[in-house]
Amino acid sequence: MTLSTITIFSVGRSAQRVLSHSLRAASVVPGSQATHRRSLWKDVSPPEPSMKWSDITDRAARTAFWGEMFTGLAMVFGHLLKEPATINYPFEKGPLSPRFRGEHALRRYPSGEERCIACKLCEAICPAQAITIEAEPRADGSRRTTRYDIDMTKCIYCGFCQEACPVDAIVEGPNFEFSTETREELLYNKEKLLTNGDKWEPEIAANLQAEKKFLFFFSKKFSSIF
Amino acid sequence: MIIELLSGIISFICALVAVAFFTLLERKGLGYFQIRKGPNKVGLMGLPQPMADAVKLFSKELIKPTLINIFPFLICPFMSLFLSLLLWLLYNNYFVCSMGGLSLLLFLCISSLSVYSVMGAGWFSNSKYALLGSVRAVAQSISYEVSMSLILMSCLILSGSINLSVIMNYQLFIWIVFVNFFMLIMWFVSCVAETHRAPFDFAEGESELVSGFNIEYGGIGFAVLFMAEYSSILFMSVLVVSLFFGGLLYISFYGMLFYLMIGFVSFLFIWVRASYPRYRYDLLMYLIWKSYLPSVLSILMFLVMLVYFLNI
Repeated sequence: MTLSTITIFSVGRSAQRVLSHSLRAASVVPGSQATHRRSLWKDVSPPEPSMKWSDITDRAARTAFWGEMFTGLAMVFGHLLKEPATINYPFEKGPLSPRFRGEHALRRYPSGEERCIACKLCEAICPAQAITIEAEPRADGSRRTTRYDIDMTKCIYCGFCQEACPVDAIVEGPNFEFSTETREELLYNKEKLLTNGDKWEPEIAANLQAEKKFLFFFSKKFSSIF
Repeated sequence: MIIELLSGIISFICALVAVAFFTLLERKGLGYFQIRKGPNKVGLMGLPQPMADAVKLFSKELIKPTLINIFPFLICPFMSLFLSLLLWLLYNNYFVCSMGGLSLLLFLCISSLSVYSVMGAGWFSNSKYALLGSVRAVAQSISYEVSMSLILMSCLILSGSINLSVIMNYQLFIWIVFVNFFMLIMWFVSCVAETHRAPFDFAEGESELVSGFNIEYGGIGFAVLFMAEYSSILFMSVLVVSLFFGGLLYISFYGMLFYLMIGFVSFLFIWVRASYPRYRYDLLMYLIWKSYLPSVLSILMFLVMLVYFLNI
């Protein structure tokens, strides 16, 4: 009785095994193309070294006489003879693009009149909200700023204020050496910005002149965007 | 007695000055190898830089970490400097002669002993990185000492003397390097490993152990450990030249050649540091035990046969 039970049970097990095998085979059949493609392989390891005696001797000589090592040494020695890439920074400075966005400055007309007309476009576009402007009409009726503050610690030097300005009043000049010892000194007011403008006017004017043709070109080319 | 003492002290002072300017050469050399300028702000072209470094390091506060064992911790750097300066007695012809000609035995003794200062510096710091660094350094030094002493033996067999000045004079006729070129290569690699220099600077693997066995040291202890290290580098380059090229210590054409070659070999230490990436620790151990030791032993056997059968 028990023996027959075991026999039936084992038959059942083997039948299940056969069944599962056939099922697995069936499931493989439709995907066999994919399996084949996946089993395409490429040997990326270095090829087996040749075992001819001459090649073995060559390799042994290259190892024993430090062939590769001396090649490396020679290459590094070549670097010794190169001109160092370092510049003596405070005494000599690297080249700057005319588009360099450094410290801000408020410009004036040649007459001495300040350019800014308090349109507040720069304040509006500033992504860091670093610019604060207050304005009221002056005695002669022209609209001018009474307050023009830039928080240089907020500023991300994206140059959008310069792009937004219709009269080229606020610009980012070529100066990048304006570190201070206190945070308060980095909260620029109108007076400081105008002083910067007076100080850097020659460089700023030259840079704007150099960029003029590109700006014109882009305004034509991408007029649909602007 | 007085003359030995004086000559020893003079050679110590000269070695220390050489160490100071060797650190400058290393910084400048590494700088130009990496297409940048080295230190060039202090004085004329940065020449007094080592003095500025020394003033800075020696005037720093002595920091005492809580866990250290203070007395041996302070002794270890000075012991390592003392041992590596003691090696410079060999450079001094007068002392070598008065020693009765066992100078290279002295070298072997001192260089084995200097392992203990590295071990102590790591161990007494009582910090895990320092300990790991010193364990690595000690294992490396001990392993490479085996091949170093065997290579040394080959030079002794060829020249038939254990006296350094005799070996140097012997080579006025022929350089040992012509017979023993592979030994020179292996000796140089062993020297680099023995002095814990890149590419074998596992004692201070910055990427895994912050700075190795000297991590707890600052100021004067650090400076003294480094002076010891650089002084042993310079001495090793002297030894490379004296063992394989020979030379004269006094001024002559051959003497000048000797000094030029010492300069070149010590520059080679910097050059090698600039050129190669750090090795792997297990490969380092395999290199010594599985490739250098067998080749050194077989070459040594060959040389013994040569000397025996040719009756040199």
